[in-house]
Amino acid sequence: MADQATDTLKTTPLTEAHIALGARMVPFAGYTMPVQYPMGVMQEHLWTREHAGLFDVSHMGQARLRGVSPLSAFEEVVPGDFIGLKPGKQKYSVLLNHKGGIIDDLMAGRPDDDGLFVVVNGACKDNDFKVIDDELAGQVTIERLEDRALMAIQGPEAAAVVQTHVPAAADMVFMDIRSMPGFGTDLIISRSGYTGEDGYEISVPASEAVRVWNLLLEDERVRPIGLGARDSLRLEAGLPLYGHDLDETVSPVEAGLTFAINKNRREQRDFPGAARIVKELGEGAPRAKVCLRVLEGAPAREGAEVADEAGNVIGVVTSGGHSPCLKAGIALAFVPPAFKAVGTKLKVIVRGKPQSAEVVASPFVPHRYVRKA
Amino acid sequence: MRFTKDHEWVVLNGDVATIGITAHAAEQLGDVVFVETPEAGKQVKAGDAFAVVESVKAASDVYAPISGEVVEGNSILGDAPETVNADPENGGWFAKIKVADPAQYEALMDRDAYEAFLATQ
Repeated sequence: MADQATDTLKTTPLTEAHIALGARMVPFAGYTMPVQYPMGVMQEHLWTREHAGLFDVSHMGQARLRGVSPLSAFEEVVPGDFIGLKPGKQKYSVLLNHKGGIIDDLMAGRPDDDGLFVVVNGACKDNDFKVIDDELAGQVTIERLEDRALMAIQGPEAAAVVQTHVPAAADMVFMDIRSMPGFGTDLIISRSGYTGEDGYEISVPASEAVRVWNLLLEDERVRPIGLGARDSLRLEAGLPLYGHDLDETVSPVEAGLTFAINKNRREQRDFPGAARIVKELGEGAPRAKVCLRVLEGAPAREGAEVADEAGNVIGVVTSGGHSPCLKAGIALAFVPPAFKAVGTKLKVIVRGKPQSAEVVASPFVPHRYVRKA
Repeated sequence: MRFTKDHEWVVLNGDVATIGITAHAAEQLGDVVFVETPEAGKQVKAGDAFAVVESVKAASDVYAPISGEVVEGNSILGDAPETVNADPENGGWFAKIKVADPAQYEALMDRDAYEAFLATQ
């Protein structure tokens, strides 16, 4: 936990609502954020998998990139095909440095005709927008949407809850994004999230945030969910967390994010770090991200060493913990490619003790995205 | 029952101390998912980390409040770590220690002193 004094932490438009709900607040990404509500991390996690969980993610950085050709300009800092991004769609991508390392991971989409709408991680946002501004100077202007809150509603009942209020959202499928009226205000709404569940991420004017939050919580299917369960949910979904599983040394190939490097971009080799990334696509990367299931003992957490069956240390856990759904320790780890095959038996070393673990397929818990309306 | 500033409790029966973590500590940790208790025969010194408790959020050491030889770890916690949350100051005990020096027990806080200590936290 950071030692930052509480009075220097930023708040979101929903901070007082969290405190009123009895949340335990912690410093996160420079903000005071709810790590859990009275229900507790385990029950919040399971509630989201069974019903609908509501998350405040207003610490994340929302912005509009505008210019003559913002989509083609954006391709200079990411490896994805954004020129081909259709109106009403968003795409996951990674902001790259010139060595092919990941500066941040992000969502960018076209909710309307007003440039490109980008959402980046809270802890990275100031640097991200500086990098984009430096790299794309003269091509795009960045308007940071500091006057908007962002919330996510996730889980098998999330869509029904949202559609009660915003019937038009029923037409959307996974990774659709739209600007539309809803909840009596203007929304930028996408069908996406960070839990592996169906659901929506909803950007609203800051002044409307508490009203929309409370409106959603009036539905008995919805409970507020803190950062603790957000982390265990994304881990079960096999989704990386920036600053842990991803950093400026990690390439998208090493991170298992090759789907974010589109074919035409691989051929054009016109993104930062393309030499390394294209080489790794052809020859393989020196390390590979794997999903590990811990078969005995304590959960393996970030920093735990990974060893082969003979006990030689070969890798490291980048994030890990207890899976409430699998009732077992699960982890993301880097290992040499020779150890990445599903079924490979490994050891995780927790407090000096080797414990059996096995490489398993990602995700740990199946995604339940809605791909057809 | 006696208490430490590290939020352990101790009950002394004859020369055997039963040790666990307090209800306050269990509540702060949140849902406990794993407990590692010490093996019988292990010699521990007051202040040593002698057990580990993991919640969904993090791993925490549990410190021996008193010196002696471990006579038993609570085997129930291996399969049912949630007992620490459900019954922290009874069924959720961590270990029993044969106490070397009972004076160490008398030096620990009583419940009133522990409550007063919590109020300062």
